[in-house]
Amino acid sequence: MTGGRKITYREAVREALREALTRDERVFLMGEDVGRYGGAYACSMGLLAEFGEERVRDTPLSESGFVGAGIGAALGGMRPIVEIMTVNFSLLALDQIVNNAATLRHMSGGQLSVPLVIRMATGAGRQLAAQHSHSLECWYAHVPGLKVVAPATVADARGMLWTALCDPDPVVIFEHAALYNDESEVAAGGDLAVDIASAAVRRQGTDATLVTYGGSLKKSLAAAEVLAKDGISCEVVDLRSLRPLDDRTIMASVAKTHRAIVVDEGWRTGSLAAEIGTRTMEQAFFDLDAPVGRVCSAEVPIPYPKHLETAATPQVDGIVAAVRGALRR
Amino acid sequence: MRMPDTQKVHLSREHAAELLRAMLLIRRFEERCAALYSAEKIRGFLHLYIGQEANAVGIMQALGPEDAVVATYREHGHALARGLPPSEVMAEMFGKATGSSRGRGGSMHIFDAKRRFYGGNAIVGGGLPLAVGLALADKMQKRCRVTCCFFGEGAAAEGEFHESLNLAALWKLPVLFVCENNRYAMGTAIERSESVIEIATHARSYGIGAETVDGMDVVAVECAARKATDEIRAGGGPRFLENRTYRFRAHSMFDAELYRSKSEVEEWKKKDPIVLFSHWAEATGLLAAGRQEEIEAGIMRDIEGAVAHAEQAPWEPVADLLSDVYTPASGGPTS
Ligand SMILES: Cc1ncc(C[n+]2csc(CCOP(=O)(O)OP(=O)(O)O)c2C)c(N)n1
Repeated sequence: MTGGRKITYREAVREALREALTRDERVFLMGEDVGRYGGAYACSMGLLAEFGEERVRDTPLSESGFVGAGIGAALGGMRPIVEIMTVNFSLLALDQIVNNAATLRHMSGGQLSVPLVIRMATGAGRQLAAQHSHSLECWYAHVPGLKVVAPATVADARGMLWTALCDPDPVVIFEHAALYNDESEVAAGGDLAVDIASAAVRRQGTDATLVTYGGSLKKSLAAAEVLAKDGISCEVVDLRSLRPLDDRTIMASVAKTHRAIVVDEGWRTGSLAAEIGTRTMEQAFFDLDAPVGRVCSAEVPIPYPKHLETAATPQVDGIVAAVRGALRR
Repeated sequence: MRMPDTQKVHLSREHAAELLRAMLLIRRFEERCAALYSAEKIRGFLHLYIGQEANAVGIMQALGPEDAVVATYREHGHALARGLPPSEVMAEMFGKATGSSRGRGGSMHIFDAKRRFYGGNAIVGGGLPLAVGLALADKMQKRCRVTCCFFGEGAAAEGEFHESLNLAALWKLPVLFVCENNRYAMGTAIERSESVIEIATHARSYGIGAETVDGMDVVAVECAARKATDEIRAGGGPRFLENRTYRFRAHSMFDAELYRSKSEVEEWKKKDPIVLFSHWAEATGLLAAGRQEEIEAGIMRDIEGAVAHAEQAPWEPVADLLSDVYTPASGGPTS
């Protein structure tokens, strides 16, 4: 590792894309406005000039079409990175992702594999109302045949893409829209690839475990900071991979703290938080000193006004309250 | 500006003044919105319609209160032209409880059931199947009404566009499809996203009567809309208009406009639908000298009133966050 430098999450994604395009001829990026416009979140700004129209491909507004084309190109020996502007629009491609990408290997008796990477933005926080603020990671994490990851840090945004591209199966990468401007130190050079299967303990603690991912990691860390001032020590587990889930890291933490609170921007019903709660009950029931808690989004399409959007989504106060509830203090 | 064949458009002085007033209201309202966005009174995405006013205004002339309108996230113009009160639209932009959608939707989700204004859809292409369904309901219940669906040329690449055109044609449904072809879908020029750049061709391929229209000429749009809606009302099934137009502003307030040249924008501004129409109407004597100033003054009063209303309107209480996820009588689950 050479000396560190500060970059934004957005720059980390861009560097990772550039590295992938440079390292492997078979890699290409396609999606709406990835070229001329530079990407809806400016992640691919400049890449068109660098790599040309063949490899940085603007597509029409045809989510089902170009995701399906990505699947086909992957079958045909390419290594496509398909960008869908946001998870909301990925619903138009859900058929291709769930019925083709996820099934082809199994359905063909192991003859085919689909080495496709799909990236998309997710999450609320920018007052974009009910058709632009979903957190539907859980829908994809439900589907066998997919791998689903959520880089919550700049280093993961920088390092997960290459590993995902090396994977023989489809990997869906969720980038929370509230993270793109976050800045952090990463290594200057060398191999920055990171694993995409394990969870990471982002803060050590002894009294309660906050299990979280994506855009909720910083809120969980902020809550842990608030609680620390009152002498409550939280461990914060960043899931990183939403499918498969790294049960071992979660359960090891629960065995240590005896309390778990899951912080998840998805709606509570049928959420990842529900899945993690159940697994904890199945695997660590006798380690628990309190029921597993959940801080999720309220069961309402995300409203436009700031005060209602804030009230609808997990916030630091709510996380702090949930931890206090579990500890009765 | 070409002299209209006035085939169906009765261009009285009042009507000319009304066309101008409706276009100017949209223009001034949105200019105010842009300023309010900078002042952080309006948040989220804001997609301005400036440059395209002749389309909403021209088309609405052919629709009655019984007809329905389905629009996109760039729908302030359509909402105002449909007759939604500026104060309610502005309050919606602010996210206030007196807004047309009680503040929950914001700029992209303006609804008004009373006026049969069905949004305000921020999924490109998402409104077309909805329009087909509204028209299907009319046909099945033997109501003679038209559903008018606005969308951009970018939507023509979506499956939902093709599926909707086919269904509407197959079932001979009373839909007026209006494609506002402003040449760009965000930063993607039509030549770079469509294999066939005359969108009307697609409609014809589904057997739908289609026309391309100068979308910078409000009278031409009104003529085309009247002809199309007459045919639809006579039971002829769907019609399709491709209106050639241009947005003068960025796609949204986040867009740095790296994909088109300033000179191209300036060229199109020479076809400003409001300037063209007012000059023409003055030259032909339809608009008396000084009339435009009067109209402007009235509009400015309305807009100031709307802003004042939005400023003082209440926020919805957080306690109401979970309301309206289900219709109360349905007794749906609440947690
Ligand atoms: C299904 C879907 N994909 C992508 C987007 C992001 N997006 C919003 S507007 C837009 C461009 C649409 O262009 P067009 O249909 O021509 O309408 P215009 O904005 O020009 O009025 C894009 C790509 C979206 N809202 N919905």
